[in-house]
Amino acid sequence: MPWTKVLIDKSEFENTLGKQGLRGLSYRQALLEAHEQLLEGDKSVIVLGEGVDDPGGVFGSTLHLHKKFGRERVYDTPIAENGLTGVAIGAAIAGLRPIFVHMRTDFLPMCMDQLANHAAKWNYMTGGQVNVPLVVRSLIGRGWGSAAQHAQALYPLFTHIPGLKVVAPATPYDAKGLLISAVKDGNPVMFFEHRWLYEFVGYAPQEMYEVPFGQGAVRRAGKDVTIVAVSLMVYEAVKAARQLEKEGIDAEIIDPRTLKPLDEKIILQSLAKTGRLVIADNAAPFNGFAAEVAAVAAEKGFGFLKAPVKRVCLPDTPVPASPTLEQAYYPGAERIAAAVRETLGK
Amino acid sequence: MNMLRVDKKTKIELLRLMAQSRLFEEKIVSVYGRQDMKTPVHLYIGQEAVAAGVCAQLRREDYIFSTHRNHGHYLSKGADMPGLVAELYGRQTGCSKGKGGSMHFVDVSCGCMGTSSIVGGAIPLAVGAALAAKVKKEDRISVAFFGDGAADEGVFQESLNFAALHKLPVVFVCENNYYATNSHQSARHARETIAKRGQAFGLPGSRHDGNNVEAVYIAARKAVNRARRGLGPSLLEFTTYRWKGHVGPDCDHEKGCRPKPELESWQRHCPIEAYKKILLKEQILDQAGIAALNDKISETIESAWKKALAAPYPGPEELYKDVYR
Repeated sequence: MPWTKVLIDKSEFENTLGKQGLRGLSYRQALLEAHEQLLEGDKSVIVLGEGVDDPGGVFGSTLHLHKKFGRERVYDTPIAENGLTGVAIGAAIAGLRPIFVHMRTDFLPMCMDQLANHAAKWNYMTGGQVNVPLVVRSLIGRGWGSAAQHAQALYPLFTHIPGLKVVAPATPYDAKGLLISAVKDGNPVMFFEHRWLYEFVGYAPQEMYEVPFGQGAVRRAGKDVTIVAVSLMVYEAVKAARQLEKEGIDAEIIDPRTLKPLDEKIILQSLAKTGRLVIADNAAPFNGFAAEVAAVAAEKGFGFLKAPVKRVCLPDTPVPASPTLEQAYYPGAERIAAAVRETLGK
Repeated sequence: MNMLRVDKKTKIELLRLMAQSRLFEEKIVSVYGRQDMKTPVHLYIGQEAVAAGVCAQLRREDYIFSTHRNHGHYLSKGADMPGLVAELYGRQTGCSKGKGGSMHFVDVSCGCMGTSSIVGGAIPLAVGAALAAKVKKEDRISVAFFGDGAADEGVFQESLNFAALHKLPVVFVCENNYYATNSHQSARHARETIAKRGQAFGLPGSRHDGNNVEAVYIAARKAVNRARRGLGPSLLEFTTYRWKGHVGPDCDHEKGCRPKPELESWQRHCPIEAYKKILLKEQILDQAGIAALNDKISETIESAWKKALAAPYPGPEELYKDVYR
């Protein structure tokens, strides 16, 4: 299936799906197209955030939208993250469908009161009468010394809060389809994008389509070990699987796509087949998303397990600046492959 | 139309709204000791003129956003009383199905879109609702009720700035009762006047006697008209005083939270008693008329209480409902 394909670089797309006449888009283009189609199709959609209408257009993902749809629907905001989150919530309560964009995930703690206490709770506190159809996009940075306050991946903070949904698309297809689903969902949705995904090219159809929440994807079928990989780690897992294949190890890669709701079924089905689980997460380990997946395996898939579960996460430290420290900080395909070998006793 | 004139019908309505808030909460005080109303109540007694004067300027479709101290705002905006009482008692028929309690009333049918018990939390929500009205070109405005404590919060200044920047149809109503829980304003602010912060952000701010219901009504008229005409937001500060403790049915001078003479001095300026005197003097109502008005409210209250106490509690299956839409 073309939409499940994970392609490591542009030439790979051109040599495979591109040759079959399928349309390729970069992650950035897929996001931009989703915004355009959403704004076009529904007058209640607005896009706000710092720099959404500037010459960069949030790394191209909102580029020139204001020219097409006007500054009444696409506009820059004051640097007041918490207040503006509240404004977006209020607008959502009163019938708009705002997409609030943050260039860095690191700015989300500024909005924590409005997200955790207001957006997440309003539907419940009002007995289901007032919902909050809000999408909060944010980018996870990496590299070039971005350091501790410009490269965090804080999605586990939000999966912990009842009332929020959390998604982390890895492919252009999912970036577009999940953004469209998120806007139509009717609940507050935290939408996490990794900055390094922006140039990846993959199949994405022209028409508007939705990717359902709570439905993971098998990125690679295999029988020896299950790798559950999130966001950028999906690509690292694919690279690891290619290496492992040469060693005679057949890895299955599961991309949950939405972290909450989580497709437990696809993970457990894979685990039933392989009996081994490695989780490649893009965030800190303690109380994190990988821990949740490990808990699912322990609670519901214990009988399948032939070896202890392994987690490959970011270290439990702030993000460092120096290139050598960054190199030590970020795990990649090699660490995933090493974890796989360990679960196989190799 | 003389902007300072208040017609006879409105005068009676202003008294009725204030009396309704007062009698409603006096009923809470009278039953709270039974301990079957299991929700923390933040009573509005003493401040009723603000809700009455502002809400009397609003239309049913206008939005209000409120706080933990929301009973007076909701009743004055026209929220369904039986639903509110059932909510206080945690019943399935409560306005929020027993999931909100005293601090989280809702009544969408009259623009009561919910309340936040995080200080200042709902101020930007009111701004957002005003933004939605503007984007959708709807003829409705939005009001944020909050206290002097909320003026300490960052979102207050952020909201003023954004509303002024986009000329949004919102009215910021600050009820300055001088206390944030037990902390006096003088311990928190270098300047007493909160209204002046409006000018700092480019919107009109004015301060008024919040215990004078007609003064509130007239000040609100100007701000509401300004918002309706698309001229942008206003900040209204009303000085007033809460008679009860921050939370619960007692007076907190008993705990030493503030001086008793201070409370007594404000009680001598009760907004309701003062207004009754005016209406008697102006021969708008006589004593019998006032008594009849009160009796009618009391009947409504008794009926709402009866209904609420007869209603079922939510079953455990309700727990997982409404987390998501």
